[in-house]
Amino acid sequence: MTLNRRQILLLLPAAAVAWEYVLAGNPDESPDYKMSEHWWGMLIDISKCIGCGSCVRACAMENDVPEGYFRTWVERYHVSDWHIETPEVDSPNGGKDGFPQGKTEGGKNFFVPKMCNHCVDSPCSQVCPVGATFHTPDGVVLVDYDYCLGCRYCIQACPYGCRFFHPKKHTADKCTLCYHRITKGLTTACCEACPTAARQLADLKNPNDPIHEFLKTHMVQVLKPHLATGSKLFYNSLDGSVR
Amino acid sequence: MAEFKDSAHLIRLAGVFLLGLVLFLVLRSATIPRSFGRYGPFRGDALAEISARPVAFAGHEACENCHPDEAALKASGAHKTVNCESCHGPLAKHADDPGAVQPVLPDVAKLCLRCHSKNMAKPKGFPQTEARSDSGSKPCDACHKPHSPGMQAGDKK
Repeated sequence: MTLNRRQILLLLPAAAVAWEYVLAGNPDESPDYKMSEHWWGMLIDISKCIGCGSCVRACAMENDVPEGYFRTWVERYHVSDWHIETPEVDSPNGGKDGFPQGKTEGGKNFFVPKMCNHCVDSPCSQVCPVGATFHTPDGVVLVDYDYCLGCRYCIQACPYGCRFFHPKKHTADKCTLCYHRITKGLTTACCEACPTAARQLADLKNPNDPIHEFLKTHMVQVLKPHLATGSKLFYNSLDGSVR
Repeated sequence: MAEFKDSAHLIRLAGVFLLGLVLFLVLRSATIPRSFGRYGPFRGDALAEISARPVAFAGHEACENCHPDEAALKASGAHKTVNCESCHGPLAKHADDPGAVQPVLPDVAKLCLRCHSKNMAKPKGFPQTEARSDSGSKPCDACHKPHSPGMQAGDKK
């Protein structure tokens, strides 16, 4: 078969389109995982949290979180009987080594595990000047460590204090919702390690996920709802004093 | 209509603009990564890079595949919500190649108190104890076996 000049000219645009497709690669990370079929969040049941710090240790081991920095941490609240608006909060080493027996008697005491809220309208991604922080199609907020300049705008913008400046990578860093695990069908490291199932990964697009029944039958809150961040970190039996 | 005089400089100007446009397009395609905009206003390849990270915790399904007896014992007791790696540590390497990494047995004296030491902020129904007050000087697992921690030495819990 021989091609004349006209036929080659006609084939060129088709070849260009094909080449673009080759360069674009495979849109999904693995053939078993379709991003469009998931919408990730997490359920945290404060009435089950015992403050053991297993989640904090597991997160650090799974994600190589540097010592002294936290992608997730646990806070202990002490709300006195009269100053309910000004709770005393402590979190020694992020709760990584557990909590010493508190000295304070009376009042209300409980633990609150915290981490990135994976907001739908996240303030951190809105302020990023280079598009290094982004929303995945399956509802996770991630940082592109190649693109991040380390300007720290996002760290200031996060109303939940969930971001930190990584001392070695010199970029912003935060919880990835164990994106490398959930795309392989595993749960997050913190949920895997939680001994009381106080933390549960939730796929809001999966109609069989127990999260739907839970949200229907419990009084569930998000942190700082007045900021309209669209948080997907759902807290059960959250006290009003928690900020 | 009079002939438009000295139009050559306009053509030259258009040429300069055209050159600028071509230069801009070349620079743009050279600096913006191929995958930018594939899923949104960010570099699409970052997703694959982040999800390529190796897993440290194998997940309890992997453990239960090879250790069904322990899984069954645990499922029948009070520790049914406690996943294997919560105590035994991250063992994805052991799950990939059981000979390569052997799990270390945790030290019971520290392990149990991690969760069961007394603390005001713990839920009231959760079993809590002062270190060593319950057992005299015996280790916890003299009476409570970690996989199914009900009392094994006669007494009722």
